[in-house]
Amino acid sequence: MLLMDKEPGFVPMRERGEPKDGAGKPAGKAPAIADAAETDRIAPETVGDITSKNAVIKVRGGNVHYGDTHALRNISLDVGRNEVVALIGPSGCGKSTFIRCLNRMNDTIESARVTGDFRLDGTDIYARDTDVVLLRARVGMVFQKPNPFPKSIYENVAYGPRIHGLASNRAELDDIVYGSLERAGLVNEVKDRLDEPGTGLSGGQQQRLCIARTIAVNPEVILMDEPCSALDPIATARIEDLIDELSQQYAIAIVTHSMQQAARVSNRTAYFHLGRLVEVGPTDKIFTNPSHKLTEDYVTGRFG
Amino acid sequence: MAMLTPAETRRRVDASLRRRYRSEWLFRLYGLVSVLLGVGFLLVLFATIIGNGYGAFRQVFIQLEVQFDPAVLDPEGTRQQDTLASADYSQLVKTSLRTLFPDAEDRTSRRELNALVSSGGAFNLQKMLLADPTLLGQTRDVWLPADDEVNVFVKGRGPAAGAGSGDEAQRLSDRQIAWIQTLESSGKLEQRFNTIFFTAGDSREPELAGIWGATKGSFFMLFVTLFLAFPLGVAAAIYLEEFASRNWLVDVIEVNINNLAAVPSIVFGLLGLAVFINFFGMPRSAPLVGGLVLTLMTLPVIIIASRAAIKSVPPSVREAALGVGASPMQMVFHHVLPLALPGMMTGAIIGMARALGESAPLLMIGMVAFVVEPPGGPMSPSTALPVQIYLWADSPERAFVERTSAAIMVLLAFLLVMNAAAVWLRSRFERRW
Ligand SMILES: Nc1ncnc2c1ncn2[C@@H]1O[C@H](COP(=O)(O)OP(=O)(O)OP(=O)(O)O)[C@@H](O)[C@H]1O
Ligand SMILES: [Mg+2]
Repeated sequence: MLLMDKEPGFVPMRERGEPKDGAGKPAGKAPAIADAAETDRIAPETVGDITSKNAVIKVRGGNVHYGDTHALRNISLDVGRNEVVALIGPSGCGKSTFIRCLNRMNDTIESARVTGDFRLDGTDIYARDTDVVLLRARVGMVFQKPNPFPKSIYENVAYGPRIHGLASNRAELDDIVYGSLERAGLVNEVKDRLDEPGTGLSGGQQQRLCIARTIAVNPEVILMDEPCSALDPIATARIEDLIDELSQQYAIAIVTHSMQQAARVSNRTAYFHLGRLVEVGPTDKIFTNPSHKLTEDYVTGRFG
Repeated sequence: MAMLTPAETRRRVDASLRRRYRSEWLFRLYGLVSVLLGVGFLLVLFATIIGNGYGAFRQVFIQLEVQFDPAVLDPEGTRQQDTLASADYSQLVKTSLRTLFPDAEDRTSRRELNALVSSGGAFNLQKMLLADPTLLGQTRDVWLPADDEVNVFVKGRGPAAGAGSGDEAQRLSDRQIAWIQTLESSGKLEQRFNTIFFTAGDSREPELAGIWGATKGSFFMLFVTLFLAFPLGVAAAIYLEEFASRNWLVDVIEVNINNLAAVPSIVFGLLGLAVFINFFGMPRSAPLVGGLVLTLMTLPVIIIASRAAIKSVPPSVREAALGVGASPMQMVFHHVLPLALPGMMTGAIIGMARALGESAPLLMIGMVAFVVEPPGGPMSPSTALPVQIYLWADSPERAFVERTSAAIMVLLAFLLVMNAAAVWLRSRFERRW
């Protein structure tokens, strides 16, 4: 199952990327969170500033193995409050794996083994005494494939608030459900058929239903795995507006294959490549003036 | 790689299409033939059973004018319940028959005459009188069940008159046949729906034997089995699928459950005999013990079916539940179980149907006994339907032949109902996702 190395001086295996400008620091001690500010700003294999003001999520030296596959190699990255971080990179590079670490969704995969330091508001996500249920209530997730419950549309959205006891009566629950559907841009399409199964919706509608289900729980961090991959431009715009709105309060990590979307919604962008975090920086810098050759190839469409 | 020209591509696809259609056609043919074969055998089976058994649902009754003679029933005039209960009612039947057919004078012919009416007739009279003591001294027209041989004869499957071959001809004498014909022509002999068959327990006399005792026994057993095996099986399946960590112990348990499902059922009977009866000292022939044994037998089936049902729930539903912060328990009970339930119930009902038809393990725990009184509860001695069928099939009386088939029909009807319930439950609870 899950192996955690809790030693403070844990030194992860290091395989260095090759920054274009050669600015990487030599491999050495893992950048533990307690480190002094300056060394904390740069992870040796990553170009750019991995830290964030008001960091809610802090990852240092995160590694994921699926059996013998080393899917994430030594990732260090912050996600801050009021910030949208876009994760981009070619298919299979580990974006989903990374965000699934943040709410311990990888626990459900038998072969997955996560090591490294993952913190939410300073508390260790992978500590033995971490309440996973509470963690997942605080860190909501929209999955890559729409996965509504085989229950009514209403029940889909109401389920989270109900199990967490967020509504004290039916009227409050109704409010939460309508509000969440509204913010997800779905309410007009479904308000007359809330009793129908959520699985009967179109793919794009299901995706928005899943978004509504996630925001109904009021999470502090929202992880979105390609939330707009099945949506038309109008619904996409609606979701992007929602992301904007949510980022006023929350920390958001969004995986996307659309550069335009990343450019539109995110403050910072992280480029993943073959399990490594190659470069991270302000979104406009990544798209206009990337430092790393691989990033440049990818964002200019020369990748592959 | 050399590109195929469009024409060549088309030609190759055409050729492969023809091959595919041919194998498809053959496959359908095989399927059709095997289905028809199966249905054919089923029809033959049903035809035989129904042909043999439908007669058992009708019963021959004889109308007699019975005088409840105080001189016979209560010679001392005490009018006490005990005296009335233990009186010789068969005497009433005999007297009544003799007044009807005064020509039977010698001992043999009288015995033959008395043999026309079932010995159960006397019980009927006793019941009547005990229910209404004012009948004493009065005369009533009463329909009494005829003897099994009369039944066989009247229903037309016995030898016609005395003309049959030796052995068969001896069952009813010419005189008896003449009496029957007289009764028939005067409207005093009638076939009616056989309620005895459905309301009585076992009996040595075929015309008094019924399946109610065995049905009740089977019912008690299945009740015990269902209420133990289903919750236990489902709980075990949920635990093994969702909560147990993968280690060698769980692997061993898993292998053993699969092996248990393949163990011959009689072995469970031996186990039940050793553990429940010899060790725990539970009563023999009790449906409770039968139910426990059948629970042991059904449990692996239910566990395996339930685990398959749980496995078939798509992982995306689990992830969705965990993703909004459901605990593993909530995930299982709110999302996985509702989706897996139809499969679990189908498994349970199939397991129960198998348990209903099982006789071998019951033989080992003494449920093969001759039990007249329908059981009052799961602790009283009883048989079960399949065992009753086995017992009757073993009996020499000809009239048991049709009863055996009729009991099989009843058993099959129960199985059909259970399978229909499985189908209904499935469609009722099944949701697509
Ligand atoms: N459950 C799993 N078991 C084994 N290997 C896995 C599993 N999930 C992902 N992987 C592997 O981990 C690597 C990263 O996968 P991941 O799903 O994170 O990619 P991704 O960046 O999200 O790709 P995409 O853009 O196609 O969604 C891939 O090589 C993949 O094969
Ligand atoms: Mg992905």
